[in-house]
Amino acid sequence: MTLTKADIVKNVMGQVRFRRRHKGAQQFLFPELDCIFLSRERTTEIVGTLFEKIKETLAKGEDVRISGFGKFQIKFKWARKGRNPQTGENIILRSRRIVTFRCSPKLREKVNSADQIQDAKTT
Amino acid sequence: MNKLDLMVALSKDSGLSVTKATEVVNVFFGEMTDALVRGDRVEIRGLGSFKVKRYRGYTGRNPKTGKKIKVKPKKLPFFKCGKELKERVDIHKSKPKGGSR
Repeated sequence: MTLTKADIVKNVMGQVRFRRRHKGAQQFLFPELDCIFLSRERTTEIVGTLFEKIKETLAKGEDVRISGFGKFQIKFKWARKGRNPQTGENIILRSRRIVTFRCSPKLREKVNSADQIQDAKTT
Repeated sequence: MNKLDLMVALSKDSGLSVTKATEVVNVFFGEMTDALVRGDRVEIRGLGSFKVKRYRGYTGRNPKTGKKIKVKPKKLPFFKCGKELKERVDIHKSKPKGGSR
């Protein structure tokens, strides 16, 4: 299963709640009515803004570091000579900026420990 | 920019309180972590995709002492940059907004 934007919107909708300001009689009887969920449109907008913020920061050339997950870094690549592997043509690749991701040790440990559990189950 | 800056920036742009923006950011990265731990792919249009890559073990050498060591097989999350982000980050292509080529 691939996790996509739609899944993230769904999860944010389900997990982020607001408390109701004014309590009616119903809320005392049914405490689960005591919160308001975000609408789908609003959540989509918020998640979109979040992605836009990340992209904006990277486009400015700034790194994005997320503790426990990893960091997105901008790297500068010098121009170099290259070759089109299909035609064998010589070309010059311009200097450019790229995004690289370094996984945090915490995430790495989590990903690898999941493997060991799986291996133990299969064997 | 770290996680806190991202939360503050999100709260400013979306009109959410910082507490709620924190929750949104945590849900987002939490979901991604869970998906990667399960071994699933994460694909976000415009930003990029994550995949767990398996690496085989090999015998390496400690460059300082020259001792042989066995490197165990490992799995690492791999990030592939999305098209939109790639074009925006690249200085030469980012000037015209929209259909740049």
